Amino acid sequence: MESLDLFSQQDRNRRRSRWVVAAFIVFFAWLGFGGDFRAWQMTAGADAGSYHHVVPWFGVLLTAAGGAIALFAWKNGPGRVLWSASAREVVTPANDLERQLVNVVEEMAIASGLPRPRIWIIPDLDPNAFATGHDEHDAHVAVTEGLLLALDRDELQGVIAHELGHIRNLDVRLMTLLAALVGAVLLVSDGMGRMMRFGRLPGGRGGGGGRGRGKNGNPLIVVLLLLWLISWLLAPLIIRMLSMAVSRNREYLADAMSAQFTRNPLALASALEKIEHAPEATASIKKGSAHLCIADPLGRRSNLHEGRLAGWFGSHPPMVMRVARLRAMGYQALKREPTTSTAIEA
Amino acid sequence: MTTLIFLVVLVVVVLYVIGAYNGLIALKNQVANAWKQIDVQLKRRHDLIPTLVDTVRGAMQYERDTLEAVIQARNQAVKIEQAPGASVKQTAQAEAQLSGALSRLLAVVERYPDLKATGNIAALQEELTSTENEIAFARQLYNDTATRYNIKQAQFPVNLVAGVANASPAELWELTDESERAVPKVDLSLDNR
Repeated sequence: MESLDLFSQQDRNRRRSRWVVAAFIVFFAWLGFGGDFRAWQMTAGADAGSYHHVVPWFGVLLTAAGGAIALFAWKNGPGRVLWSASAREVVTPANDLERQLVNVVEEMAIASGLPRPRIWIIPDLDPNAFATGHDEHDAHVAVTEGLLLALDRDELQGVIAHELGHIRNLDVRLMTLLAALVGAVLLVSDGMGRMMRFGRLPGGRGGGGGRGRGKNGNPLIVVLLLLWLISWLLAPLIIRMLSMAVSRNREYLADAMSAQFTRNPLALASALEKIEHAPEATASIKKGSAHLCIADPLGRRSNLHEGRLAGWFGSHPPMVMRVARLRAMGYQALKREPTTSTAIEA
Repeated sequence: MTTLIFLVVLVVVVLYVIGAYNGLIALKNQVANAWKQIDVQLKRRHDLIPTLVDTVRGAMQYERDTLEAVIQARNQAVKIEQAPGASVKQTAQAEAQLSGALSRLLAVVERYPDLKATGNIAALQEELTSTENEIAFARQLYNDTATRYNIKQAQFPVNLVAGVANASPAELWELTDESERAVPKVDLSLDNR
């Protein structure tokens, strides 16, 4: 485990971020130009005087919209995520707890060799935390007030180190991008769905003639049209699943990096247990950014088991597994009685 | 044909040497940077100590020795730090002495409840804890980076380039003998180290 294979993880995150943006734009283009094709098919057989859909302006518009959304998400993602959690920035600490938070973040920034991220507090009594940002120079760590109240200094250190692990891996870039895109797609697909339903009636009638022409033409086109319709319907679900699948293994890795930074995996283990046993859901963190958090803010049951279904729908690995892994790390370190500071890395 | 193969091999070798050289230089800079981190934290600690001593001096008439020890250790550490070309080992030793004196002082402060109740000792203590942690983590980062650098330059193909890159093993910040920084606490562990 050579420094937890940091650079390949960073590369993977960079690559995946670009892929997500590209796929997002292509998906919008597919939806748009598919609509153009359908409209062209429907109007092609019409009379000479009536409207013919020749210029693919659906596609052009939707592709431009997708590009604009992606650009916006790329540029303003972190700000949006923090805004949606109604976080406030800690500039000068107001009390002892905030002072301690700032100190702990500074300590962990030193341990990880990163510049100090900006610090935010979410007014919510359920303990939780997340990191967001574009890269290490534009990074933010947000914790809830409940976290500050529930954890002691060492535990807080473990949690902050976990978040800095996400920043160091560049997980934050991909995960923030996804959060911003999920939000945008849910919005757009809602609106578009309404428009589609509204335009269904005339389209359906006109489609009868169009289908006849399509049949004696190409079966491939029929299949493509079917796919096109299905992707319209499933878009929100696909994007949601993507954002969940993407965060599971990262949590294990960030836990391990936290242990590497603090040399104290047991503190993070007990912090995770405290967070897990807090009864309520974190109300101020919305569904769209759930995958950013250290523990699932919605408290979904699918996160309890390591299994096929949980693999698809859970955004976080089961807490029991994470705690067990951290404990194992901690006891190994105790058994070995590390004499040099590099003991855990070896 | 043979010349072509020879050329390809040559290009590969040259590319490898360039890569290894740049890798070593990058690591060397990381080590220097990590050391600078320690330096910043040490300076902060040295600046914090006079405030601490001033705060507790009035209430601690009978603890002159403890206070003197802290002040002396601090002045010694500052002197080492400002001396040009002080080695890692010298700095580590001076700072270890200071750590020992400081923890003895903090243990003494615990015995003065009214001192803890009044004044801003609590805030000062958090500040001191944080600084101590920062020094420890900066040291950890430095040692990790230096170890990576040392291993890299000693491994086989890279060590041929190490001379060109002017690489020499970086000195680790070892914890000097434990007795110096021992906290006056009863040690109940069974192994006698």
